[in-house]
Amino acid sequence: MPDKGPLPIDIEPLGDAIVVRPHGNVDLSSSPDLRDALQEVISRNAQRTVVDLANVGYMDSSGVATLVAGLQAVRHGEGVLVLCGMNDRVQSIFQIARLDTIFTIVDTLDDAVGGDG
Amino acid sequence: MAARTEVRITLPSDPALLAVIRHSVEAFCHLTGGDEATCEQIGLAVDEALTNVIRHGYDYRNDELIELTMSRRASTVVFRIEDRARQVPLESIVPRDLSDIRPGGLGVHLIREVMDEARWSHREGGGMRLDMNKKLVGAEPRLLETNDA
Repeated sequence: MPDKGPLPIDIEPLGDAIVVRPHGNVDLSSSPDLRDALQEVISRNAQRTVVDLANVGYMDSSGVATLVAGLQAVRHGEGVLVLCGMNDRVQSIFQIARLDTIFTIVDTLDDAVGGDG
Repeated sequence: MAARTEVRITLPSDPALLAVIRHSVEAFCHLTGGDEATCEQIGLAVDEALTNVIRHGYDYRNDELIELTMSRRASTVVFRIEDRARQVPLESIVPRDLSDIRPGGLGVHLIREVMDEARWSHREGGGMRLDMNKKLVGAEPRLLETNDA
C-alpha cells in the first residue's frame, strides 16, 4: 500500500451529525487518509455522517471508492452518509461513474446537517 | 522542417507525482485547444491509467518507471503510457458492471467514458502499453501538429 499522503482532514460534530472535511486533492496518494478518517467516524456510530468536499479540488476513482466503502459501512450500521460542497469537477466523476444517484448529495453543509436526504 | 510537438515524461511509479502529471496533461490539452471541462476530464483519464499501472501493475512499488507520451494530430490529443509491469490478459481489462455498487474497479470505465479510444497491448520484451486519444471539438490549437516522421 502507498504511504499516507498529506491530506489534512477536520472531524467535528455539528448538531446530530459528524462532519468529515478533507482539505486538498483526493487521489491514490491521499485516499488512505480519507479512508482512515471515515473509519474513525463510523466507529463512533453516528447516525449522520457528512463529508464536506468544499475544499476538495480534485478526486479520482480511488477517492470515490473510499466514499463507496464508507457509504456501505454507514448503511450497515443503519446510519446516513451525506456528501456536500462538491465543485463541478468532483461532481463530474460521480456522474461519469453513475454514482450520483447512489449517494445523497446536497449543495451546502447546512443542507447536509439539516436533514436533506 | 517543423519540430514535432511531442512531450515525453518518464516518471517513477510514485502516487505523489500523479498531481504533477495531471497538471501537465491538462496544460498540454489547453495548448491543443481543449476547453476547461474537457481538459480536466482528460487529466482524470490519464490519472486513472497511471493509477492502474501503479496499483495493479507494480503493486504499489514506487520505484518503477512509467513513460507517458503526449502528442497532437489535427484536433486530436494522443497519449501513450508504457510500463514494465507484468503483462495481463488483454481480455481482462474491461469496465465493471456499474450496477454492482462496490469500491474499486472504476478506472477502466472512466477511461473509456472520457476518451474516444483506449487500446491496451503487450509490449515486446515485457510490460503493457495503453494508447488513448480524444478529439477536441472546436479546438484552435496553439501547438504544431505531431508528424509521423
